[in-house]
Amino acid sequence: MSADRYDALVIGAGMSGLAAGIRLAQFGRRVAVLERHALWGGLNSFYKRSGRRYDSGLHALTNFARPASKSAPLQRILRQLRLRFDDLGLGEQGTSEIRLGDLSLAFSNDFALFEEQVARAFPAERERFAGLVRAIRACDPFSVVDPSASGRAFLHEHLRDPDLVEALLLPLTWYGSAREDDVDAYQAVILFRSIFLEGLARPRGGIKPLLDLLVRRFREEGGELRTNDGVAEILCDTAGAARGVRLDSGGELLSDCIFSSAGYVETRALCGVSSGEADLGRLSFVETQRVLTRPSASIGAARTLLFFAESRRPAWRRPAEAVDVSSGVVACSDNYASNEILPHGLMRITCLADASAWRGLDPAVYERQKAQWEERMCASVARFTADPRPHTLAIDCFTPRTIVQYTGHLNGAVYGSPRKRLDGASGVHNVHLIGTDQGFVGVVGALMSGISMANRQAVVAS
Amino acid sequence: MNREEIILAIQDIIKTIAPDEDVSNLKTDVRLREQIELDSMDFLDIVMELRKRYGVQVPEEDYKELATLDGCVTYLAPRLAGKSLKVGV
Repeated sequence: MSADRYDALVIGAGMSGLAAGIRLAQFGRRVAVLERHALWGGLNSFYKRSGRRYDSGLHALTNFARPASKSAPLQRILRQLRLRFDDLGLGEQGTSEIRLGDLSLAFSNDFALFEEQVARAFPAERERFAGLVRAIRACDPFSVVDPSASGRAFLHEHLRDPDLVEALLLPLTWYGSAREDDVDAYQAVILFRSIFLEGLARPRGGIKPLLDLLVRRFREEGGELRTNDGVAEILCDTAGAARGVRLDSGGELLSDCIFSSAGYVETRALCGVSSGEADLGRLSFVETQRVLTRPSASIGAARTLLFFAESRRPAWRRPAEAVDVSSGVVACSDNYASNEILPHGLMRITCLADASAWRGLDPAVYERQKAQWEERMCASVARFTADPRPHTLAIDCFTPRTIVQYTGHLNGAVYGSPRKRLDGASGVHNVHLIGTDQGFVGVVGALMSGISMANRQAVVAS
Repeated sequence: MNREEIILAIQDIIKTIAPDEDVSNLKTDVRLREQIELDSMDFLDIVMELRKRYGVQVPEEDYKELATLDGCVTYLAPRLAGKSLKVGV
């Protein structure tokens, strides 16, 4: 085999790309993972500012499951990647909360708490909620008939009180819906399980040790990780089938099996193929991290996660202004049980943003706009939990512009295209989608995406 | 490899994939997936390890032949003839 020919090439060293790479290497394929940036991780990465390390995406690892739950997604991916549960050093969440106006529902990794909370706030819905939970437990979200079925409609089939439907939709949309004012029904089932029935945890040390573990596994299996080596173009033959890639550096690598985590529209653009407007993601975020002088709980921010909305009918859509501060998520990384002593409290606030309001700004205007909205986000959150501002040691904030720069996702759409391709079809022969636009989100979802697409390809090829 | 060695080979592969499983008491005539929690993704790894360790290619249409340990012996005996057992890889 010539030096520039591979059995498989993977675009993007995020969770899905590394997982696909590990599996392909395990199957004995010659595989390279190509990453444009110096660091791996993609949407879930890490960076340093003023000597302090920040995680860019991680609020929580959902899908928490102990080793005895062998069929749980987390345990399945650990077996596939041959990682040990203990290697992750997972610390479980304390208590989290959904706030919809004056309505409050607490939840933890003990599902009984959430059942009690729902029964207390919605006594008339008790039986119907139990029916919903039974339906979710019985459903196999991985054998989806119609990926575009509405999650909102699915919840309304089981429940009558629209407040309860909205309360459930709040975390489900925030943790993985690319679709405005809704969430795909199969995704709603996966997210409900991963958040409420399984639970939340944080890997010891945040995202970096987990990413390092994946990179180490990939290299142990003989895979080649090429950082600072982005893909400028996917090369296609005259029949339109991919035969390799041209790198940013100008070099070419050849393969007739390409996995791309770049996104549906973005991957097709690399092939020179256009896509419809409806395939483009519209939802982006502004996220601020406030490093606190004291533990979060000591200033009154006791929840691990807080999903908040000032209205009982929150909007899950591209806001009319640069940022919609009326709803969001507050994640306090130091409110996980862990054997790790965090040096400071950390409050992370995420709100919906309109990417177009952050494009093409003069640097000084951009910085001013960012500081103003960051301040408003803190003020909004202070209505539902402690105000981080009097206790702040350091601030780092990212916008849709930052997301575009580091992930290449058009519009800074973290959850990608609203139309998922569960079969990984990019519409270009030999190019397979993995990651967000294949339809699985979150750390565990992205790993599962890479694994299952690589497995499928390995079976087909053998 | 004889019958006992083929069974040892499969048991050792399962131990690699799922270290927590007790493989010593597996019945040879009962489907593996009924005795231990192996899903289709784990099953793929048995096939993968057979190729890696012994150079045996099992095409997808033959996966069903490996459902039980007895099935593994019948299917693999001619393919593993003259090869030696590798455990603890």
